[in-house]
Amino acid sequence: MKTISVTINGKKLQVPENYTIIEAAKEIGIDIPALCYDPNLDKVGACRICVVEVEGARNLMAACTTPITEGMVISTESKNAVETRKEILRLLLDNHPNDCLVCNKAGECKLQEYAFKYDVKFRQHDGERRQAKVDNTNPYIHRDDSKCVLCGKCVRTCNKVEDRKVLSFGERGFETHIVADYDNLMADSSCVSCARCLAVCPVGALMDARTMGKARVWETTTEDVKCTVCEYGCDFELLKKNGKVYAVRAKSPVEGRPLCLKGRLSVDLTYNEEVQVPYVKKDGKFVEATWEEALGLGKLLSKLGK
Amino acid sequence: MELFRSHVLVCGGTGCTSSGCQKIIAKLDEQLEKHQLEKEVKVIKTGCFGLCEAGPIIVTYPEGAFYSRVEEKDVERITEEHLLKGRIVTDLLYKDAVIDGEIKSVDEVEFYKRQQRVALRNCGVINPESLEEYIAFDGYKALGKVLTEMKPEDVIDVIKRSGLRGRGGGGFPSGLKWDFTAKAEGDQKYVACNADEGDPGAFMDRSVLEGDPHVIVEAMAIAGYAVGADMGYVYIRAEYPIAVDRLDIAIKEARKAGLLGKNIFGTGFNFDMEIRLGAGAFVCGEETALINSIEGKRGMPRPRPPFPAVKGIWNKPTLLNNVETYANVPQIILNGADWFAGIGTEKSKGTKVFALGGKINNTGLVEIPMGTTLKEVIYDIGGGIPNGKAFKAVQTGGPSGGCIPADHLDTPIDYDNLIALGSMMGSGGMIVMDEDNCMVDIARFFLDFTVEESCGKCTPCREGTKRMLEILDRITEGKGELSDLDKLESLSKTIKTASLCGLGQTAPNPVLSTLHYFRHEYEAHVNDKKCPAGVCQELLQYVVIPELCKKCGICAKKCPVSCIDGVKGKEVYIIRQEDCVKCGACLEACPFKAIKKG
Ligand SMILES: Cc1cc2nc3c(=O)[nH]c(=O)nc-3n(C[C@H](O)[C@H](O)[C@H](O)COP(=O)(O)O)c2cc1C
Ligand code: SF4
Ligand code: SF4
Ligand code: SF4
Ligand code: SF4
Ligand code: SF4
Ligand code: SF4
Ligand code: FES
Repeated sequence: MKTISVTINGKKLQVPENYTIIEAAKEIGIDIPALCYDPNLDKVGACRICVVEVEGARNLMAACTTPITEGMVISTESKNAVETRKEILRLLLDNHPNDCLVCNKAGECKLQEYAFKYDVKFRQHDGERRQAKVDNTNPYIHRDDSKCVLCGKCVRTCNKVEDRKVLSFGERGFETHIVADYDNLMADSSCVSCARCLAVCPVGALMDARTMGKARVWETTTEDVKCTVCEYGCDFELLKKNGKVYAVRAKSPVEGRPLCLKGRLSVDLTYNEEVQVPYVKKDGKFVEATWEEALGLGKLLSKLGK
Repeated sequence: MELFRSHVLVCGGTGCTSSGCQKIIAKLDEQLEKHQLEKEVKVIKTGCFGLCEAGPIIVTYPEGAFYSRVEEKDVERITEEHLLKGRIVTDLLYKDAVIDGEIKSVDEVEFYKRQQRVALRNCGVINPESLEEYIAFDGYKALGKVLTEMKPEDVIDVIKRSGLRGRGGGGFPSGLKWDFTAKAEGDQKYVACNADEGDPGAFMDRSVLEGDPHVIVEAMAIAGYAVGADMGYVYIRAEYPIAVDRLDIAIKEARKAGLLGKNIFGTGFNFDMEIRLGAGAFVCGEETALINSIEGKRGMPRPRPPFPAVKGIWNKPTLLNNVETYANVPQIILNGADWFAGIGTEKSKGTKVFALGGKINNTGLVEIPMGTTLKEVIYDIGGGIPNGKAFKAVQTGGPSGGCIPADHLDTPIDYDNLIALGSMMGSGGMIVMDEDNCMVDIARFFLDFTVEESCGKCTPCREGTKRMLEILDRITEGKGELSDLDKLESLSKTIKTASLCGLGQTAPNPVLSTLHYFRHEYEAHVNDKKCPAGVCQELLQYVVIPELCKKCGICAKKCPVSCIDGVKGKEVYIIRQEDCVKCGACLEACPFKAIKKG
């Protein structure tokens, strides 16, 4: 691959010609804020938080979607870029509940991280806001639409698996929101509880319901494990407080690692010291189940004559 | 073709169809039969004449007599007097077609005289459903020339040298775009035509498709040959049923005549096309959203690059042009690049069609050479402002264009001048405002449109335009503060510079341009809580002027909420402001003009 040279924040570097600005910046350890960008997903340029200044360009450029060109001179923290980024953050916070004190995402929330970094605060206003609409009908998924920043990562990751494609965008403009099938509750949708979407959500709009309220992020240490149920070997992490595993959760799915509920429950059962009863969907409703049922071991066990 | 003594053209555009041209045609047929004139006079239903407010319209040739607002009952007189006896029925002619007792032909009427019709040349002239008539007016000659005498690169060279720029809004040099698409790598390429025309009030693309659909078929085939595509898509809004029908007929006729399909003119060139119906979202006119929509996805813009010329429909190189852009192509091929480049200004060549609307005498479609001044369009062609009112501003460029005040009316219209004035060409909307328009209200109106039409994908546009609208709502309700004006400016800057697509990048224009040229009106709303034009309801007050009040009590009787107190013959009447619902009934009722609004 041919390499070309660009200058980022005064530093000159050589990078492969098919890089975007955000990828080039990463090479020299410059972290450009990003909410909708995910190296494993299609690039959509939706949140605009990653805008940077490129010499000679009329508008600011989204670092996640703009390919570098030879001799490009980029400033990721120029006055203009920072002011615009702050205004975008302000717009997001203006339409976001002031809930960090109790939010389970606090400490690893991207919106919170960037608000802190750029010193942007919640402010009082009497304009319209997203409606608080918590959907915890699925025992594995805690969904709070009022915290959604519409990065669309959940939609893209869910749609990557052919037989899932549950999530999509509904309505338009200010009313835009994520819908499951035709705007159903999670439990009534065709969602298979694979947790792909939970793993990519940058804020507290989609969280693993079984991690909720157990510990703060800063009390938690993690350990990576792999699922061994099938040959894909998806990545999970154990969440520990005082050395004890209190929950497990899926890590962001990479190409060829689809994630599934069975795998997740299997990791749960294997490692979790406070494991909660599993639920399975029967006739369209979530019901408590035995571990044999949940892991599909029933048939196997009966075959073995146990 | 049969020979006729007279041709009677009846406008069959959408405007005239809704004002009843169908009945007129039926009546004409009946009358001609009655007088046995069917073999001598031919009735042709054409596309839009452009002067919709004067419809239904009939023009007769060879005289060029221009009848306007024709009613069913007039048809008898026109047939008996004019078509039978050759005497023009003067009192039924269009108002400007008789000057000092002298009858002017349609080409001499002021509305048409200053126009130059290139894109609209066949509109209102030929029967759009007849391939023969299109061919009789040099139709498919350009395609023949291209396929038999020119190499693809020669065609691109002609388009480049003509200086043609995109008429869909961006003004991108068309030749360059053709060149990019031709050079893009790909085994399969497409050409596409943007007939989404989402700007409210714009109908130039519809008029071309309704009045001259074959020109789009021909131009797209030419473009297909130039860039190496064998398939074309026309993306057209479903709300344009007549345009869809006529284009569909044109495609089928062209296919039957071997002008579309395999081995066109025996040259080995294959080209066919299909219509795709759009659901009517404004943002689907944006090129990448249009491509998503053609592919059956949600109509949301994609980041560019990659541009459609490299990765368009189904990721194949795609040439996308606007209807009006294409409509110029056959003429450029036939008359040459120099002819086209000879019209217009240094950087904007050719003509542009505008949809004149708002507070103007002649509303309708006009096609003018680039470089015509705003003043010429508004006063000479448009006939000025009705009812002796004063001109205040003209808004160009559709919902995200800017408002241009009177001091800039001498500006020659071209892409760059309009942008320099804080507006843009857009697809060619031109809305005139007079002293009775409140510029804050106008800005609010346009922003309301973009807020409704934002696709919701990117943060600045989705969240930012909504906040701007809330601020404007506050200002028009008298709850605005001076700091709100700074907030509007700062939000505008962010939305313009950071939005993903053109919708967001231009949405603040109406606000920015009115803030720039009419800041005093904003300040009056904010500081004095007054709407100088008397439009913003919340800021209006109806008051009785004591010196003029004759104590008649008529106003009190008319008031629907009984909020006018006084004693007939004894006491001056007074309006209780807290109860007034601002209906204006008293103002109209007072015989002594003793009530004022302000
Ligand atoms: C929000 C938005 C709406 C648009 N709507 C239209 C439209 O209705 N028709 C059109 O031809 N171009 C429209 N455009 C411009 C197209 O994106 C594109 O530039 C154009 O069709 C290219 O053709 P041209 O080069 O011939 O103008 C729109 C652009 C934006 C940003
Ligand atoms: S999602 Fe993030 S910003 Fe929102 S309340 Fe939770 S921690 Fe705070
Ligand atoms: S859990 Fe899986 S299937 Fe359900 S919405 Fe999320 S990604 Fe889609
Ligand atoms: S739910 Fe989360 S991942 Fe999905 S769009 Fe909203 S913020 Fe993004
Ligand atoms: S999570 Fe599911 S898909 Fe992934 S390895 Fe485990 S069983 Fe296989
Ligand atoms: S600018 Fe507006 S219309 Fe365009 S992508 Fe962003 S939200 Fe959608
Ligand atoms: S404006 Fe209407 S409501 Fe007000 S005083 Fe006059 S008539 Fe009565
Ligand atoms: S990270 Fe670039 S636009 Fe969202």
